[in-house]
Amino acid sequence: MSIGERMVGKRICICAGSGGVGKTTTAAAVALGLAAEGRRVALVTIDPARRLAQSLGLEQMGNTPRLVEPAHFAGEGIEMRGELWAMMLDPKRTFDELIDALAPDAATREAILANRIYQELSGAVAGSQEFTAVAKLYELDASDRFDAIVLDTPPSRNAMDFLDAPDRLTGFLQGRALKMITAPTGGAAAIAARGSGLVFSALRRITGVDLLADLSAFFGVLGGVIDGFSERANAVSRLLGDPATTFLIVTSPEPTSVEEAIFLRRRLDQADMPVGGFVVNRVRMLARNPPTVDESALTAELDGDDRLAARSMRALEDLRALARRDAAGLRHLSSEFADERPILVPQLDGGVSGVAGLVAVQRILFASRRARSALLAEHAF
Amino acid sequence: MDDLLAHSLLVVTGKGGVGKSTVAAALGLAASRRGLRTIVVEVAAREDISRALAADTASAFDERSVANGLHHISIEPQRAMEDYLRERLPVRALAGWLSRSRIFSTLTAATPGMRELLTIGKVWELCQPGGAEPYDLVVLDAPSTGHGLAMLQAPRTFASVARVGPVARQGQAIASFLGDPRRTAILAVSSAEEMAVSETLQLRSRLREELGLELSLIVANAIVRHRFTGDDERKLRAAPRSPAQHGGLFMASWARHQRAQLARLRRGTAGVALVTLPFVFGSALDRASLQRLSRELER
Repeated sequence: MSIGERMVGKRICICAGSGGVGKTTTAAAVALGLAAEGRRVALVTIDPARRLAQSLGLEQMGNTPRLVEPAHFAGEGIEMRGELWAMMLDPKRTFDELIDALAPDAATREAILANRIYQELSGAVAGSQEFTAVAKLYELDASDRFDAIVLDTPPSRNAMDFLDAPDRLTGFLQGRALKMITAPTGGAAAIAARGSGLVFSALRRITGVDLLADLSAFFGVLGGVIDGFSERANAVSRLLGDPATTFLIVTSPEPTSVEEAIFLRRRLDQADMPVGGFVVNRVRMLARNPPTVDESALTAELDGDDRLAARSMRALEDLRALARRDAAGLRHLSSEFADERPILVPQLDGGVSGVAGLVAVQRILFASRRARSALLAEHAF
Repeated sequence: MDDLLAHSLLVVTGKGGVGKSTVAAALGLAASRRGLRTIVVEVAAREDISRALAADTASAFDERSVANGLHHISIEPQRAMEDYLRERLPVRALAGWLSRSRIFSTLTAATPGMRELLTIGKVWELCQPGGAEPYDLVVLDAPSTGHGLAMLQAPRTFASVARVGPVARQGQAIASFLGDPRRTAILAVSSAEEMAVSETLQLRSRLREELGLELSLIVANAIVRHRFTGDDERKLRAAPRSPAQHGGLFMASWARHQRAQLARLRRGTAGVALVTLPFVFGSALDRASLQRLSRELER
């Protein structure tokens, strides 16, 4: 099945996978294809290099979606029947906006935003990107402005951080632990408070008083948005598990990425998340029956340049070795999930760059199976 | 290479998927060949590198020897926290009780930046000269650019948040260690692809602006070493389609694209040393190919 077929009836597409496998490009190509088909699409990306903005012809991308000019793709033969909107996630701003939306009153909001720990840490640390990515997804979905949302997940070594990070924070905020620290009331709580008092006194010895005071102030003021966070967390979980949501697992055929993709698929299955399949980027294909090369014939075809013929043959040998390695990676993936038919995207000459590269990937992803096989055969060595 | 290996800590970072772990392992092998007692530190349990270095199945979370003079450890924040508590608290039972406490573990898990601080704190400890068998060199296989920077920033941030007390003191000590170019060297691994180069350029400017640090070395990894001239490409393009013609043309355009990106990388990082490592076409990562790459680094 093509991506187009896999996306029928789907409103949200989340591209997940380890870093450096072409996730951002895949997300952009999926969004482009859906928009070309007539949908109004929001692409949410995390591309610190801002390269995608250039490929989309946007001067800059901000924390709210902007319309990509349809004329931008006209030169590449794309007829844009829908609309493509794109934005780049700004974790700090998204976090601020979330606090803004959830704080019960202005005083709580100001107290959180003014807290030193919040200020220093809300934008800079690992986990905040993952957390804010789903927060943004929820916000866009709730706005009802888009028929489809395509989310590029943050580059992290362990792609599952994306699913875990929101839980880590919201789970804590909802939890008994926080309530004990922030608002110990009643008999049971008094005992619990003694327990947490012990923890605090031990912590004080390790960390120093100031940090502790600031930390408990931080969690104390965050306590003001606990209910909002809990509701939001539940809504986000429902959204991620919704039948109209689909996860695309993006990988390369390299063994480490394949391992990560397999792990990710298992975790998504365990978490009952709907998986739409694998996209394998930068595949070097081996021809079905790799023909042997007649060096003298090749030399003749190259105007007698025997050194160029020899170098071309060495290049072919290296590429075939690489293609065999890729084939092994793909076999490993298929052996784990026999019913899966990964969508293979060949490594394109000179890499994927600019609008032309984006359109090239989009064409492969949205091609019918037959057309894609032909394309792959064309790229085989 | 001698200058580089004279540091106490090498922080290896860069975009995801460019081969940071491979370069970190190759550096470790190069250092241990020179007789330095070296440890390669991973921060997210990824078994492939330790598997390539060592065949045994001993816990990756303990310091263990993987070759002559070369050691390996995977750091996990929760374990780092337990170790830290054991050292700080005089009463063992208290440390055990505390690290099992739910409040405590949720608090440390939810405190932004705490995982990064615990991890880099453990790395810092490995770099200290005290102890029975101190390491001459610690090679940190750091997370990719954004998380890597967050890890380097964590001690400074905590030091400024805590102001006084043990955390502030230790945060300051770690921050000044990381900020001392004689003791800590930061290496960026990049591939010669547009996005990786952009991220490397951005890493360098963020390092300079946010931390006041400079890269010691850029390792341009997976460089195709096939040589085709523009004239070769024209001839190949004019020739009838055949497998070798296709292979030659593909490789020529790949190499040309890489040369352009490599030139862009060099232009954007003038003043920083750069070495290239070849693309490995054959088998996937194994001990022998790591050894070959580590010798390439020494050239």
